[in-house]
Amino acid sequence: MTSLEPILGGRGRAILAPRQSAYGRTGAYAIAGAVCLFVALPLIALAVIATGSSGEAWPHLFRTVLPRAMVTTALLIAGVGVGTAAIGVGAAWLVSMCRFPGRGIFEVALVLPLAVPTYIVAYAYVEILDFTGPVQSAIRDLFGFQSARDYWFPEIRSLPGAIFVMTMVLYPYVYLTTRVLFLMQSACALDVSRTLGSGPLRLFFRVALPLARPAVAVGVTLALMECINDIGAVEFFGVRTLTFAIYDTWFNRGSLAGAAQLAMILLIVVIAIIATERAARGRQRYHITTTRYQPLARFSLTGWRAALAAFGCFAPVALGFLVPAALLADFSSRRLEQFTSPALLSAGINSLTIAILSAVAAVFLALVLVYCARLSRSSGVGMLGRFAAIGYAVPGTVLAVGILVPLAAFDNAIDAMMRSLFGISTGLLLAGSGAAIVYACTVRFLAVSHGALDAGLAKITDHLDMAARTLGRGPVRTLTAIHLPLMRPALATAALLVFVDTMKELSATILLRPFNFETLATYVYSQASRGVFEEAAPAALVIVGVGLVPLMILLRTGAQNAVERRSASTRAGST
Amino acid sequence: MLQSLGARVVRAFFLVSFAYFATTAVSPAGEADVVNIYSYRQPDLIRPMLDAFTRETGIRTQIIFAAKGLEERIRAEGALSPADVILTVDISRLAAAKDVGVTQAVDDPAITENIPLQYRDEEGHWFGLTMRSRVVYASRERVSEDAITYEELADPKWKGRICTRSGQHVYNIGLIASMIAHHGEEWVENWLHGVKANLAVKPTGNDRAQAKAVYAGQCDIALGNTYYIALMRTNDKEPKQKAWANSIKVLFPNADGRGSHVNISGMALAAHAPHRDAAVKLMAYLTGEAAQKLYAETNHEYPVKAGVPVSEMVASFGQLNADPLPLSEIAKNRRMASELVDRVGYDDGPSS
Repeated sequence: MTSLEPILGGRGRAILAPRQSAYGRTGAYAIAGAVCLFVALPLIALAVIATGSSGEAWPHLFRTVLPRAMVTTALLIAGVGVGTAAIGVGAAWLVSMCRFPGRGIFEVALVLPLAVPTYIVAYAYVEILDFTGPVQSAIRDLFGFQSARDYWFPEIRSLPGAIFVMTMVLYPYVYLTTRVLFLMQSACALDVSRTLGSGPLRLFFRVALPLARPAVAVGVTLALMECINDIGAVEFFGVRTLTFAIYDTWFNRGSLAGAAQLAMILLIVVIAIIATERAARGRQRYHITTTRYQPLARFSLTGWRAALAAFGCFAPVALGFLVPAALLADFSSRRLEQFTSPALLSAGINSLTIAILSAVAAVFLALVLVYCARLSRSSGVGMLGRFAAIGYAVPGTVLAVGILVPLAAFDNAIDAMMRSLFGISTGLLLAGSGAAIVYACTVRFLAVSHGALDAGLAKITDHLDMAARTLGRGPVRTLTAIHLPLMRPALATAALLVFVDTMKELSATILLRPFNFETLATYVYSQASRGVFEEAAPAALVIVGVGLVPLMILLRTGAQNAVERRSASTRAGST
Repeated sequence: MLQSLGARVVRAFFLVSFAYFATTAVSPAGEADVVNIYSYRQPDLIRPMLDAFTRETGIRTQIIFAAKGLEERIRAEGALSPADVILTVDISRLAAAKDVGVTQAVDDPAITENIPLQYRDEEGHWFGLTMRSRVVYASRERVSEDAITYEELADPKWKGRICTRSGQHVYNIGLIASMIAHHGEEWVENWLHGVKANLAVKPTGNDRAQAKAVYAGQCDIALGNTYYIALMRTNDKEPKQKAWANSIKVLFPNADGRGSHVNISGMALAAHAPHRDAAVKLMAYLTGEAAQKLYAETNHEYPVKAGVPVSEMVASFGQLNADPLPLSEIAKNRRMASELVDRVGYDDGPSS
């Protein structure tokens, strides 16, 4: 029945759609609303802080800071956006659609840069590329230059340098989301195009890329939000972004309200970006309605084409992972005793616990949001979820204040109540505990899990819901029996991305943590903050190492399940 | 089946998280023999003094270390805040803590006796513990001068020869604020234009990176804090840093005039300190002979207590003649300093 339907299906679904009871729809709205409120609480707190008097912050900001900060931020976003999209989509296409030597290894290796915190990569490149680093030393030896004034060498501590580093660290977001989509898309769509005479390039630009658009959009949005909220790398490189201005306004000019107001502007920019992309996409739908899934026939590349493809995949892995990891390994080799230190071990356990709890929480909440949006069939609920997850774009320390304020207010209220009723003081229950950190990381990385699950769920055809509902399954049964099994790759992706991001999270964790509480990231920071980055290398290497394992799992389940899922959905579709 | 699995996962999640949070939550009542420290100073730097305090008094200490936002945390925690003592570098941060109302006055005779008036708040809200001077790192090879002034950094003879970290870094903000106190806003704006024009490269990196840049020949002079040179010269783990620091001589700016700019690391008593007595005991201890000596020896900072000797390495830099400008003057001018840095476009570097 389905093979005649347009691939970008959706026409006619109004007739087929099961009637929603008013009760079910209100329920979906209510649940989504509650989750959004929970997640947006820190942002609301920030908005309240932003209503305070900013002192004399604004005349100065308008006159001297904002124009330049806006331009710098725009250039950074544009550079990182184009860079991550090009590398992410290109690499995803190569490994999922072509056959060339090393393809299987690259498929996994391309994710590795995600395991390395951005500021560590930034540091590594300064170490390697500045005057005393190996590259310039070699150049001097080769040409006999004496000082830095004898030759020109690009300065890594600059806007282009920041774009380079962030692109190399963040492209895996785009690679991951796009690759899953390339793996899952119906071979039919591509086969039809091939029979109609499309070559590989035409196929890519005319069929595969347009079909992959939601996934690319999700990946690029994540990369951009992460690049907007970054302070470590931009500070190190002297790139004066909006986030940089937020910190200056807060710390050097003593205006938290001014900083919160700037953060709100930042959010408006992000919302505008997301809304523009959504609007441009219009009412197109991207799920594949056919049930005829076949393994994709990959293009076999030979000769120089194969070499080019292999190089195209090797370069990002080398620049985003191998180079910084090699430097860390070199530093660590002189500090092997640190690997067995109890401090590092307990930091590792703390990091793992926080990361696992945050991953579970973020995936659960994101699942509730995307499924409520699907049940309510309202684009409003979908957008609500997306905006609730926008905390990702807020600089971590600012978000941490937004978290502290409501949590501490809650604790104080409980304490006051318990005192007056029972005469006992409960003290701070949530603020300054591990719960605050998990809350922070959940809120911060909900955008990541939400993006992954949204894309995953969107690819499951409505027809399955309809079939299940016709057969008398309620919305929850439909979710557990139909969607969750089909969404396994998306669920795994979401959980592991949040896990890895939480392992790296620094700026919120460090402000919210309890006494004597170290995670790997705070351990790295506290070493690096003495100006002795080298001492932090072992811990940084452990972050990378612990991040690697889940990334490997991610890739394996991703690839296996894409195949399984095809057969599963074929089965489900035929019942 | 999947449903029951889901339910089990959710149950396990709540169990594990509850158990975990229960162990990490801050205990409200607390013990009497502990001091809770909120610190902007890296824990390893203060550990020797804290350990010595515990050995002498039996009072334990626990630390929360963060880079930013601790005042806001204390403010949000309100009356329940476990914070007893705030430790930080930079006068601006001490003043900021007082401004947002998270400190309280301390009037302890031992402390006031140990700390000169210039290095503490007149209302007793904050106290300096150690000093560091913002000095010029000059190349031994390429700089013949043995004396320099901050004013002179704008002199065209240094064109293309100066390196500094970001103008917005607190250390530079402190210096610029002291310049404003001495010369006024307009003069300093011109001066900053001049220094900016003399930069060799865009301001980036930290103080150690500036030393490295001098060593590498990217510039001839740089601004940095005194103790970094001492720490680099004694860095056995990364011997290359010894080479950087050894290529440099320390020049104390304005040594023959008003004196070199100094900033402090300091402490404050939190407004709702639950262990007030123990906290004041610690504060007094940190200003005493033993702790001050440790600060000098392990961190190469200048002790604030008169009569305590500096480390041998720091002594080799020469005599510090500290600018007697009250630090509160510097704190007052920090916002203007930050605005001037933006207005001049200092961080854009020499080309623009």
